[in-house]
Amino acid sequence: MTLIHLSPFDLGLASILVLLLAGMSWRLRLGIERRVLISAARSTVQLMLVGLVLKVLFAQTSLPLIGLMALVMLSVAGYEVMQRQKRRYRGVWGYGIGALSMFLSAFTVTLLALTVIIGVEPWYQPQYLIPLLGMLLGNTMSGIAIALDSLTRQAWDSRGRIEARLLAGGTWDDAIEEVRRDALRSGLIPIINAMATAGLVSLPGMMTGQILAGSPPMEAAKYQLLIMFLIAAGTGLGSMAAVWIGSRRLFDDRQRLRLDRLAAANRSS
Amino acid sequence: MSGLRLDGIRSRALGPLDLTVAAGELVFVSGPSGSGKSLLLRAVADLDPHEGEVWLGEEPRSRIAPSIWRRRVGLLPAEAFWWAESVGEHLPVIRSTHADRAASTHRRLLSAPLHPAILRLSKPFRRAPRRVSNHPALPDHSTITDWLGHLGFAPDVLGWSVTRLSTGERQRLALVRLLAQTPEALLLDEATANLDPSSGARVESVVEAYRKTRGAAVLWVSHDPGQRRRIGGRSLVIRNERLEPEA
Repeated sequence: MTLIHLSPFDLGLASILVLLLAGMSWRLRLGIERRVLISAARSTVQLMLVGLVLKVLFAQTSLPLIGLMALVMLSVAGYEVMQRQKRRYRGVWGYGIGALSMFLSAFTVTLLALTVIIGVEPWYQPQYLIPLLGMLLGNTMSGIAIALDSLTRQAWDSRGRIEARLLAGGTWDDAIEEVRRDALRSGLIPIINAMATAGLVSLPGMMTGQILAGSPPMEAAKYQLLIMFLIAAGTGLGSMAAVWIGSRRLFDDRQRLRLDRLAAANRSS
Repeated sequence: MSGLRLDGIRSRALGPLDLTVAAGELVFVSGPSGSGKSLLLRAVADLDPHEGEVWLGEEPRSRIAPSIWRRRVGLLPAEAFWWAESVGEHLPVIRSTHADRAASTHRRLLSAPLHPAILRLSKPFRRAPRRVSNHPALPDHSTITDWLGHLGFAPDVLGWSVTRLSTGERQRLALVRLLAQTPEALLLDEATANLDPSSGARVESVVEAYRKTRGAAVLWVSHDPGQRRRIGGRSLVIRNERLEPEA
């Protein structure tokens, strides 16, 4: 089986569906038509650009260039995590907590996969590194964004209960324990659900891609399995790091709950 | 027994304030709403960022771990929040005898003269003594049953679900919860505001008994002049961010 090339006309047909969706949103006053159109446009531009960049990157296999690409991916993901917070941390923390946790989790797991599990030679071969890192970043990004958002929202809402525990002689750890556990759980549930239903309801994106590109289904399934395990580990690690740093940041050195370290509610999310 | 001394307490809308409440002394604070009465108590309990130092007897607050400070200088907020399912789960001692034994071991271990630096270093490796640490003489079961009785509860209230409680019940039980951590000083924020007169009187008598038997310093925010007359003690007013004797 050979790959059937998509023409701009084919894509144009598919984009009519998105326009239709935006039109419906406008008719039904859902108020999200602008966001639908903007994100559709964004994805078009971004994917085209990435296609071009990867073409160059694959031709060279140069570590500095790949590093630069990875850094760009990370910084955008960090920004995205920040955007999805209803109440983000003030100052550099708003960006830093998400970005640092993603760096710790996604990069470590990718590196582990490349060197130990897949054994790519050289380890930074872009055909493997970039898609792997991309998938890990994308998924840890969602997990971390959800976990952090849940952490700060709940801390905000249960201020009275948290302070009651502090007043009862609890440490900051005791006081935030439950909120933290809930936040972690909500960050991990999407990937757990994805693993549980993988293949039954839908074929995961990467496997679909490999099959469309002509790989034997069994090979595609094995790669998908690998990716899923990596994503689960990465999301778990990343969410834990983010929630831990985030919850620590909610308290100061005298273990006071410092909700003033969170910015006012962000209307768009 | 230790007194409570506020030294230059200053926050957004307060102070700087100086105040000494001797061991076993009762001081009422009143003032118009928004004058910062609750803020003052929160500052003493170290819940909000602020300047100044508070002394419990000879010990400055800055030398005491925050969790231990808040256990020893107990604040009863105007609104009582509950975090667990049943009332009893909120009390520090009424747990299984196993927990009691563990607690006393912790107390013995912690009372050993360890250098603070060693304690700090070993902190990540120790399992935190959950509720009971470094604290003298937690009340036994009968003391708590006693308090409950004085406030009009049977001992089985400890098994009740928190969601079952009325506002007034919550407030009275919050006092028991607070006393059960045997604070050396009490900070009471409108402790009888939501109570009918007879329940209010019960709360007053329990607090008074605790103050007298334990020699606790009590700082009581109250807007009820009748209460202040009934119990006596020194009365102060917050005016223009300062504490002044009530005229």
